[in-house]
Amino acid sequence: MSALLQIKDLHAEIDGKEILKGVNLTIQPGEIHAVMGPNGSGKSTLSNVIMGHPKYHVTKGEILYKGQSILDSDPHERALSGIFLAFQYPKEISGVTLEEFLMAAYRAKRAHADPSSPPILVFRFQRMLKDLMAELKIPEDFAGRYLNVGFSGGEKKKAEALQMALLDPELAILDETDSGLDVDALKTISEGIKATTAKDPKNSILLITHYQRILKYLEPDLVHVMKDGVIKKSGGKNFAHELEEGGYENI
Amino acid sequence: MPEEQAIFAGLNRDTFDQKDPSDYMQKFSKGLSPELVRVISKDKSEPEWMLQHRLKAFKYFQEIAMPTWGPSLSALNFDEICFFAKAADKRGGYDSWDKVPSYIKKTFDRLGIPEAEKKVLAGVGAQYESEVVYHSLQEDLKAQGVLFLDMDVALQDHGDLVQKYFMKCVPSNDHKFAALHGAVWSGGTFLYVPKGVRIQKPLQAYFRMNAQGMGQFEHTLIVIEEGAEAHYIEGCSAPKYGANALHAGCVEVFVGKNAKFRYSSVENWSKDTYNLNTKRAIVDDDARMEWVGGNMGSGVTMLYPCSILKGRNAHADHLGIAFANAGQIQDTGAKVFHIGKNTGSRVVMKSISKGGGASIYRGNLNIAKSAENALSQVECDALILDPISISDTIPCIRVDNDSATINHEARVGRLNEEDIFYLMTRGIPQAQAEAMIVNGFIHPIVRELPLEYAVEMNRLIELEMENSVG
Repeated sequence: MSALLQIKDLHAEIDGKEILKGVNLTIQPGEIHAVMGPNGSGKSTLSNVIMGHPKYHVTKGEILYKGQSILDSDPHERALSGIFLAFQYPKEISGVTLEEFLMAAYRAKRAHADPSSPPILVFRFQRMLKDLMAELKIPEDFAGRYLNVGFSGGEKKKAEALQMALLDPELAILDETDSGLDVDALKTISEGIKATTAKDPKNSILLITHYQRILKYLEPDLVHVMKDGVIKKSGGKNFAHELEEGGYENI
Repeated sequence: MPEEQAIFAGLNRDTFDQKDPSDYMQKFSKGLSPELVRVISKDKSEPEWMLQHRLKAFKYFQEIAMPTWGPSLSALNFDEICFFAKAADKRGGYDSWDKVPSYIKKTFDRLGIPEAEKKVLAGVGAQYESEVVYHSLQEDLKAQGVLFLDMDVALQDHGDLVQKYFMKCVPSNDHKFAALHGAVWSGGTFLYVPKGVRIQKPLQAYFRMNAQGMGQFEHTLIVIEEGAEAHYIEGCSAPKYGANALHAGCVEVFVGKNAKFRYSSVENWSKDTYNLNTKRAIVDDDARMEWVGGNMGSGVTMLYPCSILKGRNAHADHLGIAFANAGQIQDTGAKVFHIGKNTGSRVVMKSISKGGGASIYRGNLNIAKSAENALSQVECDALILDPISISDTIPCIRVDNDSATINHEARVGRLNEEDIFYLMTRGIPQAQAEAMIVNGFIHPIVRELPLEYAVEMNRLIELEMENSVG
């Protein structure tokens, strides 16, 4: 079986400062990976670089998605090929409603999958959105609100999970999705993510997290510890528990 | 998709830029003289007082200097402008689209006007060059005494009423272009809503310049009597020739006691047009005036809708959007005079500059000594899309009464790379992501426009955003 994502000796910098210093990571279809590590270890940079953030420059190494290099692809092309990034701090976009934004994204995805398909009708889309929102316990009126504007931290994360559910990615990168959530919200969001991932056994998740608690809901197949821009150590499920007790200091 | 949205779905810049044959122009000469003023008046069989008014205005025009502030008007050559031209020969316009000459009707069909009329409007006026070619009003409104007429017809049939108000709000010695307008005005709309009549659906006029080097000087006179309500919309466009055209219209609004009036406009003249328009309202006790405007077109725009809050508790809202692309100067703003007690005003202006365009907010806020407890709020938001474009805010505030509360906020921003990245990570291409953010920026004002105009506005923004720099 060929890997879904293959990162080889990845070096990346921002404003001339090297953050990633040779990351290696391979995700097979259907796997859940967790990348853990202290603040400033380069975890969020890794997720941004996979998604193609223009501020970061890859100086060395390779990112292969389904066997193809994506380093020259624009972020929207990476998204259309099936990669999704749930942001740690989702942006507030004034004047653009959640619904209109999601419909644009959904239409872009459908047009990419089948250029000859007509755009989804508004009322059909609205019905689909309503169902997804109910599953994630997002109040209906959020559809008409400006994207993330005035949303609480938890609401923003729910909106991210909603976007993921709608776009149904093959590779979902969750950047600190668990930070700032209470237990109920964490549970709802984790279940939503799980349900989305379960739609296809080949769907994979890359969890970027500082804490253990989301791992209770989304159990990883592999856990990696990142420190100083490289993955220092990897292990199976139990590795996370060892980390909980021992911390990152001794890695 | 709701019906209203479909009306303008096929619009693009080409739609506005298409020109139709203009053989009729051979009959009309360029340049300005007292003789021309007499010819216009005679052609319209105007009463003597109007001829005298025109001649006096022409004198003012000769006496008053060009503005010494604002954008340069040095490329505007009055000798190269055709100040009066008729494409059709029917006074007051036809009452059925079938009777409108087909080459003119074609233009308005392309712009979606007859279709919009069927679906969402209570009345329509359509002006082509200097004269109105079509006019209609719903029968029930006619029965209630509402007048919605071509100004030329109004002058003939309701001369006293016109005389009572004509250029009493904007006197012809106000400035050089008001004087020019007073001398050569032609066509336009007269709207009279009698006491207590509330019109639910909007009334609309569409102004179209077709021929090269044209000048359009339509006069819009609106009288909303005590307790009445109405919403009037103006749309404007012209094809592009590469030779200067001039639009110096005048809008005068009288909002009676406890009346409510909204004036919406989307001005999308071609980029070789000088749009030097004067719009002003006098607002009486407990009355409310709302200006909603979008300025997309023209090479140079100088437009500052004005509200004179004469009555107690009078209120004015000024909501505006200006989009300046390559080669455009949008010098727009608002003027508010607080005279009555407890008067209130709110100005919200959003501007976008791109491709080297310049957007300038020029505000003039006056609180008179008599204006006890005046309240004014001004918000200017500017978005600059690239390093070569310009935005400026020039507010002028004069307060002669200490009880006033005034709030002025101005913000300037650029498109945020992080915001664009966020939208792109959901599969939306960069140009579309940028257009979404720009449309979001102006959304608080666009949503105040009638739906079909809001859709048109968004489409125009998308068109202007194409080939945008990253």
